[in-house]
Order: sequence, then C-alpha cells, then structure tokens
Amino acid sequence: MSEQPIAVSSLSRGEKMSRGVGSGTIKKGELILEVRDLTVRFWVNNDWFVAADSMTFDLSAGEVLAIVGESGSGKTQSSMSLIGLLPANGRSTGSAKLKGTELIGMPLNKLREVRGNEIAVIFQEPMTALNPVYTVGFQIVETLRTHFVMNPTDAKDRALELMRLVEIPNPEDSFNKFPHQLSGGQRQRIMIAQSLSCDPKLLIADEPTTALDVTVQGEILKLMRELRERVDAAIILITHDMGVVADMADRIIVMKDGRVVEHGTSEQIFGAPKHPYTQQLLAAVPHLGSASEPLEGVPRLTLIARDDKPIPLTSGDSSVTPALLLENASIEYPKAGRRAAFRAAHQINLRVDPGEVIGLVGESGSGKTTIGRAAVALLPVVEGKISVAGRDITHARPKDLKPFRKDVGIVFQDPGSSLNPRLPVGESIGEPLLLHQGLKGAELSKRVEALLDSVELPRAMRNRYPHELSGGQRQRIGIARALALEPKLLIADEPTSALDVSVQARVLLLFQELQQRYGFACLFISHDLAVVEMLSERIAVMRNGRLVEVGPTREIVSAPQHPYTQRLLSAVPVPDPAEQKKRRELRDAIIAKEKIVS
Amino acid sequence: MNDERRADVPKDIEATPEEQRLIDQQLDASGPGRGEGAGEAKEVEGLSQNQIVWGRFIRHKGAIFGMVTLAAISLLAFSSMGIGPIPGWWIFQDPGASGPIVNGAAPTLTLPSWLGGPGFALGEHPFGQDNIGRDNFAQVLQGVQTSLLVMVVLGLVALLIGVTVGALSGYYRKATDMALMRVTDLVLTLPVIVLGAVLGRLVATLPDKLGWSDDFRLGFFEYMPLVLAMALGMILWPGLARLVRGEFMSLREREFVDSARVAGASDWRIITKHILPNAVGVIIVNTTLLMSAAVVLETALSFLGFGIRAPNVSLGTLIAENQGAFASRPWLFWWPGLFIILIALSVNFIGDGLRDAYDPRTKRIPSKRQMDKADAKLLAQNGRAK
Repeated sequence: MSEQPIAVSSLSRGEKMSRGVGSGTIKKGELILEVRDLTVRFWVNNDWFVAADSMTFDLSAGEVLAIVGESGSGKTQSSMSLIGLLPANGRSTGSAKLKGTELIGMPLNKLREVRGNEIAVIFQEPMTALNPVYTVGFQIVETLRTHFVMNPTDAKDRALELMRLVEIPNPEDSFNKFPHQLSGGQRQRIMIAQSLSCDPKLLIADEPTTALDVTVQGEILKLMRELRERVDAAIILITHDMGVVADMADRIIVMKDGRVVEHGTSEQIFGAPKHPYTQQLLAAVPHLGSASEPLEGVPRLTLIARDDKPIPLTSGDSSVTPALLLENASIEYPKAGRRAAFRAAHQINLRVDPGEVIGLVGESGSGKTTIGRAAVALLPVVEGKISVAGRDITHARPKDLKPFRKDVGIVFQDPGSSLNPRLPVGESIGEPLLLHQGLKGAELSKRVEALLDSVELPRAMRNRYPHELSGGQRQRIGIARALALEPKLLIADEPTSALDVSVQARVLLLFQELQQRYGFACLFISHDLAVVEMLSERIAVMRNGRLVEVGPTREIVSAPQHPYTQRLLSAVPVPDPAEQKKRRELRDAIIAKEKIVS
Repeated sequence: MNDERRADVPKDIEATPEEQRLIDQQLDASGPGRGEGAGEAKEVEGLSQNQIVWGRFIRHKGAIFGMVTLAAISLLAFSSMGIGPIPGWWIFQDPGASGPIVNGAAPTLTLPSWLGGPGFALGEHPFGQDNIGRDNFAQVLQGVQTSLLVMVVLGLVALLIGVTVGALSGYYRKATDMALMRVTDLVLTLPVIVLGAVLGRLVATLPDKLGWSDDFRLGFFEYMPLVLAMALGMILWPGLARLVRGEFMSLREREFVDSARVAGASDWRIITKHILPNAVGVIIVNTTLLMSAAVVLETALSFLGFGIRAPNVSLGTLIAENQGAFASRPWLFWWPGLFIILIALSVNFIGDGLRDAYDPRTKRIPSKRQMDKADAKLLAQNGRAK
C-alpha cells in the first residue's frame, strides 16, 4: 500500500470530449448533489406504484452517503433515476441538481454525457456488468476513449494506472485477461477502476459487496475506504448490510417502503436511532460475538487442521447413534459428458449427535453445500463412509433409499426455486406425507394444516402458489415441508441468506423454536458466522473442500486458532461504527500480513 | 424469482387490506419491508399461474384476431359441409358433383352495401364454379376441413412423440439421451418432400401389391388425410423433442426437483407432476407453431401431388387442379389461397400470443400519453387534498 495519495484528476491526460455539466474540477466539501422531493413511480396495473417518495438530501464532495433499506424499499430505483436508468414504465419527478444542473427531465443525449462522465455506477454483480467477450483492459480503454480524446497508447497507460490504483496484481498481465479469468473480487476491482476512469463527481455503488464472500468483501471495503481519501467524488452507497454501512458511511438515509424514515449522521443512526423501524432493523442484525464470552481455564475442545492432515472425528458418547456420521468421506460431483468428475469435499470427518445443531461455515465454493447434499443422498460419497441415524447409505441403491428419506429433510437456500411453481404450497407440503405414509384427502389436509400452524402461517395459505408468497413465507413453507415426516436429521442449506435481515430474524427465531420442539439434529450451513453463532452448539469451518477447524461455538468465535478462521471472523462487519473501526484495523492488518489480493 | 415476490405482510398476515393500509400509512415500524419487486408483483396478486398466462394472452391483439378468425373459419367449414354422417346447411353437400353453369361460373357472392356492393347475398355459387360446373364453395370448405384435420392430427402425433422422447432423454441423460437423440438426428435428416413423394408412390401401389379387398381399399382412401397427417407427424417431431429435452435438462437441475427427490418421489412422479407442468409453455407454443407450418406443408405436398388425392379434397389439390385456370377463372385460385393464408396466419398469431404470455419477462409498457394522463390526475388529486 503506497502511502502518498495519488490524485486521480491529475492523471487524466486527454481532453474531455463531452462537455460535462458544471465546472471541471471539484474540491472536497463542495456541494455536489442537491435532491429535492425526488419521487419515483412505476406504472403497474393501470395505477402508479410509488417506489420512492419525496426524497430530499444534499451531498458534498468526499462524503459517503449510505442509503439503507430492505428489498423493495426503493433505494436502488431512487438512485438510478438520477441518471435516467429507470425501466420504461417508471417516471421520476422532483428535482435533483448536480452542481446546479437539473438531472430530472434532462433530454437523453445530454444525459448520456452525464452517465459515466459525471456520475459513475458500480453494480452488484461484476460478472454480469462486464462484457464476457472483451478483455478487461479493452473495456477500460473503451470507456476512456469514449469520453476523452486519447490515442490508444495513452489510454492503455491510463488504464494500467487505474488498475494499479485499485490494486490489481500484475496489471500488465491482467490487462489482457477476460472477466471469467479473474476472481470475483478482482472483477469488482475492475468495475471500480472503470467507474473511476472519467473522474466522476458522483459515484453510485449499488450493493458493491453483496455478491462477494465475506473475506473478499473486507478487501473491497478496504479499497473503497482508501479511494475515499484519494478521489474527491461524492459516493452514494446503496446497501442492505448494516455492517457495511458502519464501515463506510458518513451519513445515512434509512428507507422503508419507498419512504425515508430516518436521515442522520452515522453516529446518530447507530448511536441513538430515533425511528422505531431503524431501531428494529439494527436489532434484527445478528451481532457476531454477542452470544459468546471468552472462557478461561476450560480445556479446549477445538480441533484444527495441521499440515494438510484431515481433522479426526470428534469423540462422542458411544452409546448414542449419531444422527449424521461422516468418516473420511470424500464427495464428488459425478462426471457429466466431457466434464470430468469434480471432488468437492476431501476426507471429511464430522459427527452430528441427535438433537445437536452444528454450523458449517465457509466461503462459496468451499464445499459446504456438497456435504449437505451428500447427507440427503443427492451426491455420492466415493471414499469413506456416511451414515444417517445409524443407516449406512454410502453404497445404497435408489431403491433402498426410500426408508432413509423418512429420516432426513432439507431446507434449500432459495425458497423461490425449491418449491414447484405450479403446485399450490399445500400440495408441496403434503407430498412427503403422500409418498411415505400414503395419506390422502381429509387426513392429509389435517396434517398439512398442523404443519402450517407450526410454522405460524394461516391455514388458508395452503391453496396459494409460491409466487404469491413473500420470500419469508416461502421459506416457512420450505421448513414445514422438510419437517413433514419429523425427520431425525435436518439439513438447512443457507436457509436465510436470500432473505431480508428483519425477515431473517423472524425465520431464525421460528427455527430455534421448532428445533426445541421436535428435537431434530441439524446441520446448519451458512456463510454468515453471526447466524451460525446464534443457532449452533458447535461450528465446523470449511475451506477448499476440507474442514480446517471444528469445535464448540464459544471457542471458535472468541478465540479462533486456524489463520483462515481468524481471517473469516475479522472480515465480518458489525453494525457499530466504533466496534467496526477496531475490527477493521485487525482485518487490514491480517490482509496486509498475508498480502492477499483476491 | 424476485419479480414474483409479493408484498410481505408482516406478523399480522390475517390483517385485512384496510388494516394493512393503515399500518402502512402510519409507517408502523414493526415488520419487514414490502419486498423486492413489490410493484411488479401487484400485477399477479392472487392469481394462479394459468390466470396470469390467460390475462396476458387476451391482451395480445394478434392472438385474439387469430382465435376469432380460426373459430369463424372452423365454424363455417364444419357447419356448412357437415361432420362425417351429419350433413351441413349448404345445398351442395357433394363437392365432386357438377351442376349447370350459373352466372358464367363467376362468384355470385355480392358485397354488402356498406362496402359499396348491391347488398349482401350468397347466391347459388358464392365462390363460383370450375370448368365442369362443380361448386367452388363446397370444394373450398371441404378442403378447409381437410386442412384443419391434418393440422390437428399432425400436431397431436408430433406432440406425443416429441414430448415423450424429449422428456426421457432430458431427464435420464447419459445412454438414454444418446440413443434417443441419435434417432432424432436420423429422423431430422429425412427430407419431408422426398419422403412425401416416396410415401405417396407407396400408397398408390401398395393396395395392388398386398392384394387388398375393394372395401378396404375404399376405406383406406377415405381416411387418406388422416393417414397422411399421422405419417407427417411421425417425421416432424424432432424439433419439439429437442426443445423439450433442453427444457427438461434445465428444469431437472432446479431445486424443487431435488426437493421432490428428497421427499421420496419416483422418477415417473417427478417427470409428470413436477417437470412437465413447468415445461408446458414451451410445449404449447412450439406445437402451435408446428401446426401452422403443417397447414402450409400439407398444401405444398398436395400441390405437388404427393399428399391428398382425389376423391378427397384439400386446399392444395384445389390450387394444383386449377392452376391452369389462373387467367380465365382466377376465383378458383384465390379462394383456397385466401383460406390457406388466413388459417396459417391465425395459428401463427395464436402461437406468438402464447409465447409472450408464457414469457415471465413480458411486461406491459404504458404509452407516454397514458402516463401523462395519470400524472395529471394525481396532480389534481393532490391539489384537492391540499
């Protein structure tokens, strides 16, 4: 990390081709954006649907404004209306002035000069925002040459400079790479470099870290914090993650259902939230470390991986049959066509006792879902042994699996795709009962109603189709279905990661209640350590298909031993600016020490 | 999936809309937000999937035109010439019978007065007569019946084979897929016109070779259009099979299929209950489009003399027979041509409408004028409120 700040505006050699609005350069603290009564509406079903109502705020250069809200609160649409990127059935009214120039109602040809040039956007998913058939270098050069009079050599130099600015390793090499050859974090860095290429006055970052793993998110946040110091642009950060907000924002706007419910500085919002919705939102965020105090003088039970040797099986009471037992199990995705078989989990030793909840954490691609799918016999175990409730299913044939299916249930990550869109949800819940117990008619509907009661949904909902339910309601249906046969083991594969934070809080509460009532053993898979900490007694940390640390939750959260676990824990942002500052320093130290650039 | 997400009703799911609105107005803090895509979801609130598709379909002007035209044509054809033993209302029930020449064999149909004619009247031979005095109206409408029959039967045969083959190879993949797809490739290489010619030749010589009785021979020729339709259906299914296979391959990876498998559902149940209903859009749309192509194909084959033969009448044979009369009696050519175009166009429009209706990305975009009007209304309302 170079110490001296690089002034981005001094780097631009070419002349700006398009005349931007307002004067050329900006200074820190200067008022950039004035928004008054900005309203965004959509034409749906012959009526206006208000996506954002009467927003008013000011933004100065060098300031970070966070717009926080759950999905559907209008946070993205209100910002997109600034550059006229609304869908065809949308309309914006009110006023938004960029350095005194009105943006709302600006003709399209003028607006094109503003886009990219004065206002740049960083999108959520860098893989889809970058064009897959061009090299990333070409794409940055293209942006530069569209907006500046520049010859190709200068443009390339400038592009490399920008890539250095966002800390891409080996910029000369990466210049000629295609988006799919870079990692998610690197792609996001390229996106940021591209958006900075024209010295925008305003940078809109729409959920810039949501699609990234938590450790990568930490690195991108670090980069963005450093960029704040180096560039003079004002930043609008759109996010639903209070932890990210605590890390970055100077001022915060909290939105709910299209309305601004609270507007204040970071300290005001986090320190003394006034509006009940803000308070509730903050309370709903699972707070890492809240449930575990460090213990002194207790023998450590955590097992960690050393020298590539797999973690041995945790010793347990030999008189109980474990609900799930994996012994030296390796799991493969079978070969399909020309694609060779892929081994996603290596020599896993894991034991889940009846009634126990074990959290399995790791980043995307670490193999945690693989273990979950193997436990319900959707994937084959090629080496080692797997048994569920004492039944060895390692080499079971499809025919033998039917009695086994009664003992396991699975809740999938995306409740939208795990329910058949063409079946009423009541039928989906009843399917396991119909197939295993042959229940039909009145008897079946009685059981379905009981299950709906237990997940706190009204009985009338059984006749609805999945698309008519909200995300939270759909996930409750998914849970009800998984519990229909009262399984001994439940696999929960990221059941709450597709949900909004307040919905997540409710679903997790329900989950805890149900676990106590039915007493099933559970393998809870998640990338969110804070959620896992809330629910589970033990945690298993996974990386690159191997378990790296297994132990009681308390020990892992308060005193992680494996460096990867330490990094994972330090990267989780917490919704508290002061606490987050401390964590950030720790995180940055770890990143600097390991020189990781993903 | 997000666009389907509906307004989330918080803890008080039982709340009436009125209560819900009140809660919203006060912006009561309890409960989550309304969820992503809440606005778009309004359009599908409380509707089943079929109702949504139907709602989109009837908004498609072309599709409605197609439906009405096709219904009118079938009604006219079957009511005037009758179905099987039931006679129709038209005086000349036998298209092959010739009669005295009326009006110099020209059409007697007159336009209604609002179109500048002397007033609407059918006359004795509304579509005219051919050179030996056969009634063109009876012939054309009999031909329309044949075309519709061929279209429906061909569609059903292709649907049955295509869906079965596609479903099996898409669901089981591996060896099953290999075998079935190679068969599909083989059928795909057969040129329809050449095959039609060979089959036509075969049909002409087969009765003699096999020594069929006269009765059997007569029956066989009477049901000739049916036989032709089935033969064509049996070579036109590969396109549908490939599409269904692709759809099954992507659907079988969806989580709800895994979820059904974990619940213990058999392969048969997964295919019929879980995947097939989700592929119905692709199947319906492509069968419809296949059917419109079938109308034209049957005509082409009959025109070339490989398809329908006398005594059966089809629109293609009519054109073929009368091509020499193009200059002297153009109506013998125009009327069958008009019906071919109308039928093929209508079915195509219906297919288009279905495709749009089944595509979840189809959105209704309001015109600028509509939005302006609503804007003005809203402004007036707010003005009054203040």
